[in-house]
Amino acid sequence: MSDTVLETRDLTVRFGGHVAVDHVTCTFATGELTAIVGPNGAGKTTYFNLISGQISASEGSVHLKGRDISGLPVPERVDLGIGRAFQLTNLFPNLTVLENVRLVIQSKRKKGFNLLTMAASHTELTEAAEAVLERTNLAAQRDQIVHELPHGTQRKLEVALLIALDPIVYMFDEPTAGMSVDEAPVVLDLIEELKADTSRTILLVEHKMDVIGTLADRIIVLHNGALAADGPPAEVIASDVVQEAYMGRALEDA
Amino acid sequence: MLRRLISGDTPRSTVLSIVLLVILIALAFAPFLFPGTRSVDTAARVCIFIALVASYDLMLGYGGIVSFAHTMFFGMGAYGVALASIHMGRGFDALLVGSVAGALAAAALAFVIGLFSLRVRAIFFAMITLAVASAVAVLVSQLSSITGGEDGLNYKIPRALTSAHKFMDDKLFGVRINGKLANYYLVFFGSLILFLILLRIVNSPFGRVLQAIRENDFRAEAIGYRAVYYRTSATCISATVAALAGSLYAIWLRYVGPDTTLSFEIMIDILLMVVIGGMGTLYGAVIGATIFVVAQNYLQNLMGIAEAALGDLPVIPLFLNPDRWLLWLGVLFVLSVYFFPTGVVGRLRRRV
Ligand SMILES: Nc1ncnc2c1ncn2[C@@H]1O[C@H](COP(=O)(O)OP(=O)(O)OP(=O)(O)O)[C@@H](O)[C@H]1O
Ligand SMILES: [Mg+2]
Repeated sequence: MSDTVLETRDLTVRFGGHVAVDHVTCTFATGELTAIVGPNGAGKTTYFNLISGQISASEGSVHLKGRDISGLPVPERVDLGIGRAFQLTNLFPNLTVLENVRLVIQSKRKKGFNLLTMAASHTELTEAAEAVLERTNLAAQRDQIVHELPHGTQRKLEVALLIALDPIVYMFDEPTAGMSVDEAPVVLDLIEELKADTSRTILLVEHKMDVIGTLADRIIVLHNGALAADGPPAEVIASDVVQEAYMGRALEDA
Repeated sequence: MLRRLISGDTPRSTVLSIVLLVILIALAFAPFLFPGTRSVDTAARVCIFIALVASYDLMLGYGGIVSFAHTMFFGMGAYGVALASIHMGRGFDALLVGSVAGALAAAALAFVIGLFSLRVRAIFFAMITLAVASAVAVLVSQLSSITGGEDGLNYKIPRALTSAHKFMDDKLFGVRINGKLANYYLVFFGSLILFLILLRIVNSPFGRVLQAIRENDFRAEAIGYRAVYYRTSATCISATVAALAGSLYAIWLRYVGPDTTLSFEIMIDILLMVVIGGMGTLYGAVIGATIFVVAQNYLQNLMGIAEAALGDLPVIPLFLNPDRWLLWLGVLFVLSVYFFPTGVVGRLRRRV
């Protein structure tokens, strides 16, 4: 649990005058599941965007296995092992569920520049995609067009795409948001399953404290873009920052 | 076997299958079914435009890339054949060298344009292609010592591809078996092969990625596809096929000029053909090109007949004057877009 796989050093981004992520220095060890919490607008998604490369930093750097990846575009970071599921569902809406997952498998196996074979003849890709659908409880929706699916199912597919990608660093951004009470546990079970493999590192943005308390090895708190707390779940949840900035809001919500 | 040939991309509609089959048979046997210089010429144009429009659809319909430089690539293949035939002397070697050179030049130019501008926004690419295509058109008309300027170039092609060369003394089914017939089949099979290659590409893993990028390039990148590389590759492939179609056209016409290959009017024709047939399905190119080229060639005749027949009525013949054919083509276009917003193929495939 000791070796660092991912590290951010003084990671900062400004939008105009607004500092959305403020000098966040943090390391993530292999096999660790870190929950990232913080109120709305705290900068959690922006922090993810900086790590996976959707936006570039104003200051500071991101390191994967010691290598500075701050300047790399998104697909190259994916190649190196950074994978991301989005808070706002972000899929291929006019393709089927199977096609969505198969595109990920195809990317993972570097078959994208295969010009003269028929996609349909790559049964190994289809089978691997079907296995992911089986695991994520989406097999029944295999041939449905994504935009015709209910929101909760789309959220599940969002998670399935990340699982199909099978990166070194998994980043889940509120994976259970918008899911029904019987769908959310499926996803949480999946994350728990992923955690069992100690070669994987997981970053999880999640609001539900009860969930994090049992699932996470560690919690970090972002507040106004800055790192406000970092430690074992019980300790962080009990801390003043969380009680004030976070639990207050969660209690109001409840 | 047939399934593999069409890369598993079945027409998915009985009516569409029948229409496609009719077009295929009509083109395959055109010299025998519709003897006469004019009709065979129309058939050859249909073949070439099917390949050309299909290559454009690879970019527009599959890649979501808007380009105005397609006639430029088409022209590069045509001028390649013309220049090689002039400078190397008539011969199949000149045709081959000209075609390959034109295709390579088109691919290289597409690569440069793509890599520089596809990084940015789609609209930027469209503007760059417009600028480059206009510049090339001006250049071609200015450099008349090389390109023949506005007059274009006439050149000789191998005798075996002209009507002067007879393979048989007798006629077969009333048709002379001469070099012109061989030339037609060169055009027919050349276009067919180009079309089948494109059909394979759009149904390959690469074609799937293109579709994914068109749907959601943000997510395509987030699962590891470098959108610029895929878009640029699609542009290069499209340009190469367009250039080869241009070479076939040059071999068929024995003439190139700005009007036959480079003009902006042809670019608009291509756009219309894609839209009429249906974007994002190569069968749309077949339907669009066939309807359009046939209408372009025969609408005037049809109108002449109609004008003569209705000559006694007031006003109406005015609209049927053959000189108004473009107006009617426009009406046809508006109607087809109104009634078939997803193109003829989209309409035929619609689930009921
Ligand atoms: N591209 C952008 N341009 C300008 N401001 C942005 C941009 N992206 C994020 N912000 C701002 O940065 C701040 C942090 O947003 P972010 O989405 O990271 O919060 P979050 O912690 O993920 O919140 P939530 O819990 O609501 O998802 C917000 O104030 C937001 O408005
Ligand atoms: Mg967020």
